[in-house]
Amino acid sequence: MSDATPDAPAPDAPAPDADVPAITDPVAAAVVAKFPGSVAVESHGQSVVYVDRASLRAVTEFLRDQERFTQCSDVTAVDHAADLERVAVPGVAPERFEVVVNLLSHPRNRRIRLVAEVPEADPVVPSITPLFPGANFPEREAFDMFGVEFEGHPDLTRILLPDDWSGHPLRKDDHPARIPVTFKGDPAPR
Amino acid sequence: MSTTERDLRDAARLEHQTDEGAQEMQPRRREVVMTGGIWPDDDETMIINMGPQHPSTHGVLRIMMELDGETVVRAKPVIGYLHTGMEKTGEQLTYVQGGTNVTRMDYLACLSNELVFALAVENLLDVEIPERAVWMRMMLVELQRMASHLLYQAANGMDIGALSMMIYGWREREQVLRLLEMITGLRMNHNFIRVGGLAADLPDGWQAATLEVCDAVEAGVAEYETLLCDNPIWQERTQGVGVITTEQALAFGATGPILRSTGFPWDLRKAQPYLAYDAVDFEVIYTDNGDAYDRFLIRLFEILESVKIVRQCVARMPEGDYRVQDRKVTPPPRARIDESMEALIHHFKLFTEGFKVPAGETYVAVESPRGEVGCYLVSDGSPKPVRLHVRGASFYNLQSMEVMVPGSMVADAVAVISSIDPVMGEVDR
Amino acid sequence: MGLEAVPHNFLTGRLEDLVRWARRNSMWPASFGLACCAIEMMAAGAAHYDQARFGMEVFRASPRQADLMVVAGRVSQKMAPVLRQVYDQMVEPKWVISMGVCASSGGMFNNYAIVQGVDQIVPVDIYVPGCPPGPETLLHGILHLHDLVRTGEIMKRRGGPGVGAGVHIDQLDGAPSPVRRSARTP
Repeated sequence: MSDATPDAPAPDAPAPDADVPAITDPVAAAVVAKFPGSVAVESHGQSVVYVDRASLRAVTEFLRDQERFTQCSDVTAVDHAADLERVAVPGVAPERFEVVVNLLSHPRNRRIRLVAEVPEADPVVPSITPLFPGANFPEREAFDMFGVEFEGHPDLTRILLPDDWSGHPLRKDDHPARIPVTFKGDPAPR
Repeated sequence: MSTTERDLRDAARLEHQTDEGAQEMQPRRREVVMTGGIWPDDDETMIINMGPQHPSTHGVLRIMMELDGETVVRAKPVIGYLHTGMEKTGEQLTYVQGGTNVTRMDYLACLSNELVFALAVENLLDVEIPERAVWMRMMLVELQRMASHLLYQAANGMDIGALSMMIYGWREREQVLRLLEMITGLRMNHNFIRVGGLAADLPDGWQAATLEVCDAVEAGVAEYETLLCDNPIWQERTQGVGVITTEQALAFGATGPILRSTGFPWDLRKAQPYLAYDAVDFEVIYTDNGDAYDRFLIRLFEILESVKIVRQCVARMPEGDYRVQDRKVTPPPRARIDESMEALIHHFKLFTEGFKVPAGETYVAVESPRGEVGCYLVSDGSPKPVRLHVRGASFYNLQSMEVMVPGSMVADAVAVISSIDPVMGEVDR
Repeated sequence: MGLEAVPHNFLTGRLEDLVRWARRNSMWPASFGLACCAIEMMAAGAAHYDQARFGMEVFRASPRQADLMVVAGRVSQKMAPVLRQVYDQMVEPKWVISMGVCASSGGMFNNYAIVQGVDQIVPVDIYVPGCPPGPETLLHGILHLHDLVRTGEIMKRRGGPGVGAGVHIDQLDGAPSPVRRSARTP
């Protein structure tokens, strides 16, 4: 992914701390400057911003309107309940769920990823469907699979599973519903 | 907290249903108030259901449409009838086995899915693959793109009523499949692109076989062009049908031929080159009208661009290894297993336990025949991913139906669905 | 033949045989494509494999006009009621081919979403192996079913699941590949 952009860095970017690496990405720096509590990191050459979940929609709107991010590539969620090892991001309090939004800017030919930490007790994030109508299906999918609710979504119903399904299958504690393999005509159960 | 209490708590938390029929299209409540009270609305519309078992829904897509006479007022896709739980299964399979899972998502462009998964894992592992593997991957993916677009031509013809087109499309596709079977050993669901390279080297005589297929496909495309492009019936059925603008396509997350048909030349192969796409010569096909006819044209001529890339791959295929010689991801050669105990143990460990991938997360996207296919992969340092999410191109493209179908006739809705070219395996996963 | 002298052309036979012959020769499949296997099912009907040779080229969209349901692909929990409804709408006599491992046993998807074998919902007569089965294997399964219908081995129908003929056949395609791959690297 080419993340190099000719854009000048944001004018009022904060001075980098000694122990925090400097934010090389101007867009991420602009988000961090405008939205306190955001943390910008780089993951395998990709620009990632950890945002406060309450400001997820505001950050997306800022990126869409000010930074020319034209398309929402992907919205999904992650359940970190059973991680062996989790990459610690300084300044971010890890929670069980993460909602991940991948945005794509066509004029600048680059991507940015927004990650919002969502606690287990209150799994609610603001929906970005009013900004990008294309987030409709993926948000419904994240709701269906993880039970993360998107506030302000016009039609938050299950999408892949039947309406009367109970549970959210991609949660780590949801029953995987594995059925033991049986062999027909097997003389004795193993 | 006792076990029972925890179970009860978990059960209560996981219990979250929606109302019966919530996913279906709801009738609009409209009441006309006149002197003397509420009158029933005389402007009556009807909600009809199409699918999930319907010949022109490309699988098990279900569409609910609100009709005013013969005109569609609203359209809502209801999906999930092919939900396979692949993302859950992906968390239970190691990275070595993961290819078998992702290849079955978009079953018409299996290799694109394998490619995006392999690229994501390699990104986390920081593995650089040899030149020959890069070019082999590119050639295979382009062959698959030809096969997928040929199938689109066949199915699109069948949906709109050009039945001879269906037979022709299958004829050429069968040749491509035979070549893929020769190279990968399977007609579909190849699992040939593995993490760190490919499963095997190219077979003897692949150059001649590939060029033969290229010639046949080119001849076939010329035939389709004569058959359909200037055919007045075909134009009547598809031109001006399912029109979408660039703004709408971008807003709905549509990619691939749908976005390119609106005059927006966006192709990840050119814009963010992966593999060796910056080293080969090809054009991005785009048109301006944004209708079903344009999408047909784009897919038709993209076949020729793929042929062009495949020919360059044949001419310039580098010598070398087809997989990275990294002990971590690559099994030892078969001959070594017979003589070396370490090789045997290594082989056994690799295929039972798998290799460990450093903790981290990444999003990698490639251009499949249907648009941007992305893989969001989260690893926790174990041999199995924490989260394997695939952004299916059809999943997003399908949403744009909400603006393409309204205003057209019911019969045109079929043409629109067909022009989106959805693969339900990728939509529902 | 000794029939030349007969003033009118006629043949004699048992009515039962005639009915079986007719059923065998015009067996119309319902188009019940679900996943990957549906593509191979379409390939079997298309130019190269040409299912029309066996009088089966018309995939009927309406289950009322179909005799044979080819369950081609994985059946999800959401699709299962639909599948049963389509089966119930088909008129007797009707047959079911379970195409591919996902339809036969759930295949590699042993999870919450997939019905572990379509024989839990409808009676299955032929299990066609493969993932997906090539058109050759599907045609082999179909011809096997034709044979059973012609000889009258599966005539009487039944209601619930688990009472189909349940014949397993062998996979014909995907035999060990004869291609040679010369080693180019040490």
